[in-house]
Amino acid sequence: MQVYGTDITSRLLLGTAQYSSPAVLAEAVKSSGTEIITVSLRRETADGSGAGFWDRLRETGCRILPNTAGCHSVQEAVTTAHMARELFDTPWIKLEVIGHSDTLQPDVFGLAEAARILCADGFQVFPYTTDDLVVGEKLLEAGCELLMPWGAPIGSGQGLRNPDALRAMRAHFPEVPLIVDAGIGRPSDAAQAMELGMDAVLLNTAVAKAGDPAAMGRAMALAVEAGRQGYAADPMERRDMAVPSTPVLGLAEFA
Amino acid sequence: MKIIVNAKPHDVSGGTLLAVLQELGFTSPAVATALNGSFVARGKRAEVQLAEGDRLEVLAPMQGG
Repeated sequence: MQVYGTDITSRLLLGTAQYSSPAVLAEAVKSSGTEIITVSLRRETADGSGAGFWDRLRETGCRILPNTAGCHSVQEAVTTAHMARELFDTPWIKLEVIGHSDTLQPDVFGLAEAARILCADGFQVFPYTTDDLVVGEKLLEAGCELLMPWGAPIGSGQGLRNPDALRAMRAHFPEVPLIVDAGIGRPSDAAQAMELGMDAVLLNTAVAKAGDPAAMGRAMALAVEAGRQGYAADPMERRDMAVPSTPVLGLAEFA
Repeated sequence: MKIIVNAKPHDVSGGTLLAVLQELGFTSPAVATALNGSFVARGKRAEVQLAEGDRLEVLAPMQGG
């Protein structure tokens, strides 16, 4: 698939937070086969701890998708995006404008405004949004070329709370890359998202907080691939009643 | 001159943003700066003069989701 003109093979995007050590993170990135990892910006200490992390990120060979996590206003998100563009030398920005501190749900009004400002300034925006169609349209009008609807609240691991809404997004935006961002807890959640026709999945906590992050990274990669192939293979329709799969014709009579 | 750096008060001798960063020990190239809520590009640090009470943010790459 393509994101902003860049070809990517892996449809799994991985976050870099909450791992128990940099080595565990590196193993999970490797085993997941991801080509895009998300990062953030935080206050630097005078000992330069951020520089060491940056070196390790580059060693992964992945493309960097910086986020504006924690920003609650348009101004904060726009300023953070500019700082990220300079620091990571990329026009890509995962745009988060958080509207509620408990649910971490997007402030979709601020999101659309920030997206408009950033797209006009040459950024390639990956908007973390809800599964609302009208918001999706506003984001596309603002200049976004892809959408990242949530599956469930960030870090909750609840899976897809509203698969029907994601299915509607797929139908309404047939040509727009859709990446489910947030809420994935298990490989089956990732596979479900892909079976619905999502183009990719972005997750973090599900791998970072697994007992074996490297193994879970691999499991997620397989689930994403299986779900994608299942979608492409055009699954059968559900039926309410049983239908024999073994032919009835030629059945012996013993009575 | 008193300024706020990453939410903590600091007493610095003043001058340009570039000079203050060096004075505070932010010598890593992997930092980005914002002054009073607005981004200041790396190339502008030598031109921007700090003033009493300025709020400076110095950010670096960190883990993120």
